[in-house]
Amino acid sequence: MTMLRVALGQTKMFFRPIPAGLHLVVYVGFVIINLEVLEIMIDGIFGTHRVFGGLGSLYNFLIVSFEILALGVWLACAIFLIRRNIIRLKRFRGVEMTNWPKSDANYILITEILLMTAFLLMNAADAKLQALASDHYITAGAFPVSQYLQNLLPNTEASLITIERSCWWFHIIGIFTFLNYLPYSKHFHILFAFPNTYFSNLEPKGEFTNMANVTNEVKAMLDPSFIPEEAEAGRFGAKDVNDLTWVNLMNAYTCTECGRCTSVCPANITGKVLSPRKIMMDTRDRLEEVGKNIDKTGSGFDDGKSLIDTYISREEIWACTSCNACTEACPINIDPLAIITELRRYAVMEESQSPPSISAMLGNIENNGAPWKYSPADRLNWAKEN
Amino acid sequence: MSEQLNFEVPTMAELIAKGEEPEILFWVGCAGSYDERAQKTTRDICKILHHVGIKYAVLGTEESCTGDPAKRAGNEFLFQMQAMTNIEVLNSYNIKKIVTGCPHCFNTIKNEYPGLGGTYEIIHHTQLIQQLIDEGKLKAEGGESFKGKKITYHDPCYLGRGNGIYEAPRAALEILDAQLVEMKRCKSNGLCCGAGGAQMFKEPEKGNKDINIERIEEALETQPQIIAAGCPFCMTMLRDGVKLKDQDQNVQVLDIAEITARANGL
Repeated sequence: MTMLRVALGQTKMFFRPIPAGLHLVVYVGFVIINLEVLEIMIDGIFGTHRVFGGLGSLYNFLIVSFEILALGVWLACAIFLIRRNIIRLKRFRGVEMTNWPKSDANYILITEILLMTAFLLMNAADAKLQALASDHYITAGAFPVSQYLQNLLPNTEASLITIERSCWWFHIIGIFTFLNYLPYSKHFHILFAFPNTYFSNLEPKGEFTNMANVTNEVKAMLDPSFIPEEAEAGRFGAKDVNDLTWVNLMNAYTCTECGRCTSVCPANITGKVLSPRKIMMDTRDRLEEVGKNIDKTGSGFDDGKSLIDTYISREEIWACTSCNACTEACPINIDPLAIITELRRYAVMEESQSPPSISAMLGNIENNGAPWKYSPADRLNWAKEN
Repeated sequence: MSEQLNFEVPTMAELIAKGEEPEILFWVGCAGSYDERAQKTTRDICKILHHVGIKYAVLGTEESCTGDPAKRAGNEFLFQMQAMTNIEVLNSYNIKKIVTGCPHCFNTIKNEYPGLGGTYEIIHHTQLIQQLIDEGKLKAEGGESFKGKKITYHDPCYLGRGNGIYEAPRAALEILDAQLVEMKRCKSNGLCCGAGGAQMFKEPEKGNKDINIERIEEALETQPQIIAAGCPFCMTMLRDGVKLKDQDQNVQVLDIAEITARANGL
């Protein structure tokens, strides 16, 4: 249900209506225009032309909608480029938006614009060829958008065929190249959004997981007769990506770096170094690095780096107020707070490292059952005095 | 309207000794017990309980920190030690229903205690107030009038986003016939006061502003006479903010329980 609502229905996008509307155009365009890609592929394999043309008026309707959507996608991507590079919205800046993430976003948008341009030019040339009654170019389709491009094209049959074929090949090669680019790019969200929302946390956001390995130890401490279940050896909390859950890691690959999380983070808004988007990007980058290490030298290799300190600083993890604004804002239910919590757990339980005032607070709870240094005997004083 | 309670606050131990059981346990929390400002809210919650005649009790010296700040700070050991000790006390008294004066205690007991053997019906005090209003047991009469006053409510993260409770505190304000104004960032989009995640107990990291200042500036934009809170930590942060902005003469920061108690002349 969550997957259908959040990923397919994009409900969480609409807290920001402008980008949501534009995104919806690209999303619907992508899904619907893929029907045309199916035709393009069949034509390519069997040497047919506009193989679905037999559908008659239904086919015309489809081509009309593809053309309108293609124009919509073209315009939306152009507006996105302007928002990123000319208006330079604050959400798309920030320390983590360095070379690669910045170019990645632009590559995606430019590719989509080029693909849509090729698609429309192909249609324009095709329509002209149809009018010339050129061989092979059966009369099919209606072209409400690309008709305006016809004047830009030459009138000779040979050059029109060259243009039509080049655009066809550009479009299909472009699509296949883009598909191969996806896994290296933040654009992977178009696929991962679905499993990511499916496996997202449906419990109240305020709830943090109870660590089962701690429960075992605490029970044994409180009750000497308690026999712990087969204890899972391992680290408390996370020092590196290996200590995180696979859902945390999938979150990292799903992140499309839109920055909604960072733009609502109270720490980030007030100038602290913490940025939830950076937490996700760091996790992904470190995971990539660990993967490369394993490829090169086999598992068990220690490069002396870790997610905490090498990538994410202590200052970042301690600036979090655990307010859940980031998880609420994420359009595809990514949870940066879960990773921050695991890093804190590692710092506190494995290293006993925390800001001095936090250590003092923990000491107070341990000694007198309150985060401040007050005697438990005074707990009811409020009822007795004023 | 006196600050002093003109009735005894019953403890669980006393009730059990008399062979009685309370309808509801009032979990006061550390801030509500020790923080001078939060103690007022605690007393007002008792006044409300006393006023409507609900049989309640507190744990008194048997209460201990829920472990929330330890858990948010990453010390799961300390959290579970606290949780299991508290659960033992609660279960030994056969507690079924709890009301808390703090969203953090509320969240922890509601969501994190069941997995450790402590399952209770738990509500936050603003939910209790809403229920009492709905049942007609609590009105807004006989006390201070808030009619026409401009009130803005600050959503505590662990009540709002954390547990989806946005309406109960607002319902408690709606019967006042006051003018409720929302801040730009409210409800699920609410901005944190800056105290959550154990931040209450440490200095903030380096930045260009404190979070509570960012929040109070937004609250003051609504030109309120009262900023309503539902959490003792938010209370501290918001009051500090109001003071720093030199607005403490014009703007009061009050807990929903205090407002309710005042409106009913308790």
